[in-house]
Amino acid sequence: MYKIILWRLGQGLLTLFLASVIIFAATEILPGDVAEAILGQSRTEEALATLREEMGLNRPALVRYLDWLNGLLTGDLGTSLATKRPVADMIESRLWNTVRLALLAAAISVPLSLSLGLWAAMRAGGRIDKTLAVSTLALIAVPEFFIGLVLMKLFAVELKWLSATANTRPYYDFWDNFRALALPVATLSFAVLAHMMRMTRSSVINIFTSPYLEMAALKGLPKRHLVLRHALPNALSPILTVIALNLSYMVSGVIIVETVFGVPGLTRLLIDGVTLRDIPLIQACAMIFGSVYILLNLLADVLSIMSNPRLRYPK
Amino acid sequence: MNTILTIKNLRVEGRPPGGAYVPIVRDVSLSVKKGEVLALIGESGSGKSTISLTAMGFARPGCRIAKGEVWLNGRDIMQIPPAERHALRGDEVSYVAQSAAASFNPALRIGRQVIEAPLWHGRADASSLTQQAKTLYRKLDLPNPDTIGDRFPHQVSGGQLQRLMAAMAMSCSPDLLILDEPTTALDVTTQVEVLKAFKGIIHDQGTAAIYVTHDLAVVAQVADRILVLKNGEIVEEGATEQILHEPQHDYTKTLMAAVRPAPHLLPQPAPAAETPPPVLSARNVTAAYGAVTILHDVSVDVPKGSVVGVIGESGSGKSTLARVIAGLTPLKKGTVTLEGQTLPHNVKDRGRQTLQDCQIVFQMADTALNPRQRIRDILGRPLEFYKGLKGQKRSERIAELLELVDLPPSFASRYPGELSGGQKQRVNLARALAAEPKVILCDEVTSALDTVVAAGVIELLKSLRDRLGISYIFISHDLSTIADFADQIVVMQEGRVVDQGPAEQVFRPPYHPYTKLLLTSVPKMRQGWLEEVQAGRDATPSHLVQG
Repeated sequence: MYKIILWRLGQGLLTLFLASVIIFAATEILPGDVAEAILGQSRTEEALATLREEMGLNRPALVRYLDWLNGLLTGDLGTSLATKRPVADMIESRLWNTVRLALLAAAISVPLSLSLGLWAAMRAGGRIDKTLAVSTLALIAVPEFFIGLVLMKLFAVELKWLSATANTRPYYDFWDNFRALALPVATLSFAVLAHMMRMTRSSVINIFTSPYLEMAALKGLPKRHLVLRHALPNALSPILTVIALNLSYMVSGVIIVETVFGVPGLTRLLIDGVTLRDIPLIQACAMIFGSVYILLNLLADVLSIMSNPRLRYPK
Repeated sequence: MNTILTIKNLRVEGRPPGGAYVPIVRDVSLSVKKGEVLALIGESGSGKSTISLTAMGFARPGCRIAKGEVWLNGRDIMQIPPAERHALRGDEVSYVAQSAAASFNPALRIGRQVIEAPLWHGRADASSLTQQAKTLYRKLDLPNPDTIGDRFPHQVSGGQLQRLMAAMAMSCSPDLLILDEPTTALDVTTQVEVLKAFKGIIHDQGTAAIYVTHDLAVVAQVADRILVLKNGEIVEEGATEQILHEPQHDYTKTLMAAVRPAPHLLPQPAPAAETPPPVLSARNVTAAYGAVTILHDVSVDVPKGSVVGVIGESGSGKSTLARVIAGLTPLKKGTVTLEGQTLPHNVKDRGRQTLQDCQIVFQMADTALNPRQRIRDILGRPLEFYKGLKGQKRSERIAELLELVDLPPSFASRYPGELSGGQKQRVNLARALAAEPKVILCDEVTSALDTVVAAGVIELLKSLRDRLGISYIFISHDLSTIADFADQIVVMQEGRVVDQGPAEQVFRPPYHPYTKLLLTSVPKMRQGWLEEVQAGRDATPSHLVQG
């Protein structure tokens, strides 16, 4: 098993490396370079040449890539062109807002979708199952910015229970924080809830038809026991994969939610970076999002390898 | 209270998806006393499993117990609330299923599953139950009884798992034990051990048992009384002795007649006929899955129009041999030739003619036939692919093929799910025949079928050989069928050919020791055989080697 996990970790590292190549290459392909971006309209050929010389932009792309990669590995993400501050500092101040949003949404949506999925599986074909199926399908079909706007209109504008902007202040108490974060977290959770729930339901139901479940039922065990102890451990692998996919989807969902609710998070930084052509910032943000995506999937794979007794305990 | 279970006027109905309920068991009454083993025998579809499950008040999804009384330990369990009925499963009655490999949860340790039922029913705490389970493991002759419970199901062999399932069923010391074809999936050599274990444990604990099987020789070893079923109705009931030796009803007589003569009793070899040249031959084949070598230097010739039987225990490489010949598993060394032409190793590189000439029929017709295709499409595909038949011609040929395998032409519009096991196997065969092959590789094609149905399929294969000159490689673990059907026999053990030759030679003394072990493990229709073979083995294990 350790061999398989090591192999999978190696694949993860390779993917990370490839992601860095692609991100660097993508910013390289963009018309114009950093020097042009800095000088803007007022550029002259001499000024450009001087600046390029100064910033080392005349060096071959490979050298600059290795330089950048080395920076990444040592924690130096470069200097922002727009603010002249280190990119790492800028990200640090914003990172927590995004991470908090994603963690809260994950902490709510994963257990909720698992339990709803199991509940639906236990009553497959019943009224609860059908209601859940219709409502989750509707949630999948509606884009999250729309859900966000509807929630905002309902709870913030009409009922005035919750806040429409998710800007938190250090002096906020628990309820202030709750009012600020409830809507973006709910929007983000809705976006990923449905998929995970349906996968849980169908994986578990799939296992219900297997002879070992009939065997367990013929031992007189209650349904709850059958679902949690017998079906769930065997359904873990597909469920974990879908959870990872959805959590990593959340990384992009966050962009929309942060925009709708005005959260000063990482994705806002990224969007600002794109507007200002702040290439070091874009590269760093893209690299962070890419790594989260890869790491989550890696984690799911490793966990599902570990949940398989055939791999854990070979013959 | 001597009678454990009484079933009166039972009627079970089943419903195909989207259809109406139709009766599958009609007016069945039976009773089992303490310490008694009642066997339910009959073909598949006769309702034997369904009846055995109703002893727990259980009906599979899509079925319902429509009428009747099920008296267990003095109360009618159909009259008590479902929750109470559910609670006595795994407590007063327990169940042993056909396939232990499928009935153990792969994600949980064996020991936990063994003690799960009594633990849930509050019989004792986990540690004392584990101790009891270890005693059971010892009784069942399981290796490492102290640690085997800590293993996962994939870590033990099929025969051990089957015995562990017996332990699982006995762990709650039930009053009634239901055994649903518990040895059908096992090799003959393992079957003897498992049968002995079951019989011993039923005897020791004085449990009442219902034993469902289609294997009459097995019934002869374990049952006190026999109930013969057909189409969900009781045909005949009586003591084992009487049913086996003086069957009254015509159907029972048919069942007895379908039992093949024990393989030793082969006639004297016929005067050696000219062996026709081989149509297919595998030479020095070595094949492996990854680092594990499955076949070592195997050579087999199939003369034209003859049947080569391949026997051996599971894991001996029989199926791999068929897959290598068909090109489904790549070979490492050696060659496969068809009519003198060396075939590419991979099925993808083989020409259409080669594919057409060499067809394979798999064991499980259930999984080999696409459940979403009508029989017409299943048979039509090879007709189009190999023969280019379309429209009217195609329909005519499909009707011919169905007729060839003794099925009515109206079956063309049915789905596999609407057919019985034997009918599906015939369709499976018809699909291979559609290509008009020279050789058919049959991988355990009768193993999942009942005696009578299997006999029908064998007759069909014989007549196809005689009429169309088709050659077969016939893989089976059923030695009686092989003895009856095969011209040449190949005995395989652990991926090697240990014995090979004309059937009359292989199955007559002097035997190869391994062939002899296989032959002596085939249950006889004689009561008391199990004890004899066991005594014989315990006393002089070397007698098998003497030949």
